[in-house]
Amino acid sequence: MTALPAATPKKLGLVIDLDTCVGCHACAVACKQWNDIGEWGPLPDVDGSGPRPEGAWLNRVHSYDVTTPDGTGMTLHFPRSCLHCEDAACVTVCPTGASHKRADDGIVLVDPDTCIGCKLCAWACPYGARELDPVQKTMKKCTLCADRIYNVDLAPEDRQPACVQACPTRARHFGDLADPESAVSRLVAERDGQALLPELGYRPVNRYLPPRPRRNKAGDTGAPARLEDGHGFDADRASPLLRWLDRVLTR
Amino acid sequence: MHPAASVIAFTTLSGAGYGLLVWLGLLVGFGQAGRSPALVLTALLLGAALVAAGLLASLAHLGRPERAWRAFSQWRSSWLSREGVAALAGFVPILGLGWAVLAGAGPALRDAFALALVPASLLTLVCTARIYDTLRPIPAWHNRWVLPGFLALAAASGGALLWALGVLAFALPPHRGDGVVLLVLLALAAAVKWAYWRHIDRHPGGVDPAAALALPAGSAVRSFEAPHTEANFLLREMGFALARKHGARLRRLCLVLLVVLPALALALAWAWPWLRPPAAALVAGSVLVACALERWLFFAQARHLVMTWYAPQGPGV
Repeated sequence: MTALPAATPKKLGLVIDLDTCVGCHACAVACKQWNDIGEWGPLPDVDGSGPRPEGAWLNRVHSYDVTTPDGTGMTLHFPRSCLHCEDAACVTVCPTGASHKRADDGIVLVDPDTCIGCKLCAWACPYGARELDPVQKTMKKCTLCADRIYNVDLAPEDRQPACVQACPTRARHFGDLADPESAVSRLVAERDGQALLPELGYRPVNRYLPPRPRRNKAGDTGAPARLEDGHGFDADRASPLLRWLDRVLTR
Repeated sequence: MHPAASVIAFTTLSGAGYGLLVWLGLLVGFGQAGRSPALVLTALLLGAALVAAGLLASLAHLGRPERAWRAFSQWRSSWLSREGVAALAGFVPILGLGWAVLAGAGPALRDAFALALVPASLLTLVCTARIYDTLRPIPAWHNRWVLPGFLALAAASGGALLWALGVLAFALPPHRGDGVVLLVLLALAAAVKWAYWRHIDRHPGGVDPAAALALPAGSAVRSFEAPHTEANFLLREMGFALARKHGARLRRLCLVLLVVLPALALALAWAWPWLRPPAAALVAGSVLVACALERWLFFAQARHLVMTWYAPQGPGV
């Protein structure tokens, strides 16, 4: 059914920390690896070992040079995947009902057995979260590892999305964003977690934690504050000989 | 957006087919069937063939065409599903009118089927347009000029085909009114497309790359490393670049083929009636090529928001 649930008791999703993400692509690789054998897989590639490999990935990591309005420069790595929107247009446009949002936990999924590969859902997603499988010719997307998070055959510590488990900098967090007491909700509250492009109206569930203010000044980083004054000469603390030299040379 | 040949063929052919059926329905419904029953049947066949060919072409756009039947199920929410249902339902008046003419049914029944062609055909055209103009991630499609554009081009190309069919296959006697009506339709379609192009040029839409990365407004963003080294579905489907380079020239060519060339042909045919058959063929061909070109531009010049992440610097991709 392509009707969206009015509200879901749980809103499972990811919280991604843009401050600590180092752009290593471990999340993307772990995702590809798990979902190739997962319940909604496989994720086959065309020319997988050849010079032009191409296939659907459910998570893509972009890397940017950023200059904020106050002139601070920084590197930003940005993992982009399905945000499991509450107003998921990718679901309502689906002509077959293959694309659906689960009423109990809010996960957006595609049924690989009924998808006709019309691509309309990918057009309807502003975030580019869906990719057509070039081999199976059906649409693939993040499953939030629905086949891991409830999987009683896995050890409890493994019942989380593959990307979250693989992240070496713990930049990815998984949990219920409908529960204000959950760890992810508290993280969002503490760090001013952002919904992506909320003005578009899709009400994404995932949140991004913005980079913390950069420490660009010497004093902010723990180095001696005097290093900030241009040439690092502290006249008050220098010897009389150096003070005299400084005066002579400054003239 | 990638201008897929299957979708261009589908919307161009079925657009012309539905346009032709609308005019046929109006002519028969308002008592013009007597002019030539054979013309009615031939036009009906041509319209149905164009619609069917378009629908078959649309199957080529599907990854799994053998599952296409599933697309009729979600008409409650999906315009694509509604389009499928409307297209299928549209064959009822087509078959009905064919039966009424062939079996010599009474004029009341025949005219009822003919008039039913009009809303049935318009409904499918509206569904097609709504598939596109409800897609918020593609600003060039999500605007008020898309629906009039689809309707005006269908009316123009369908009208051109019906007129050409009458002249070529049934040697309709010269009737200046036909040509004037056709010229008005073509000019209207050109005007609507011109307004559409002006609108998308003035309102390119898009989002601030900083907002797309959850950064403070005004942040300058430059991509220094792509997320993947090879192509992917998103870049193939939504990163189409060619048309921006030649867009202005192709738009002018489209308008020439849509209205200027047909107007010249119509003028020649009016001045020298023996030129009517070649002029009719020229008008029909020129308008159809213009429609296909317009549809190609409709896709090729539309930028999807996902390109914000791939090319945050601007509309390069």
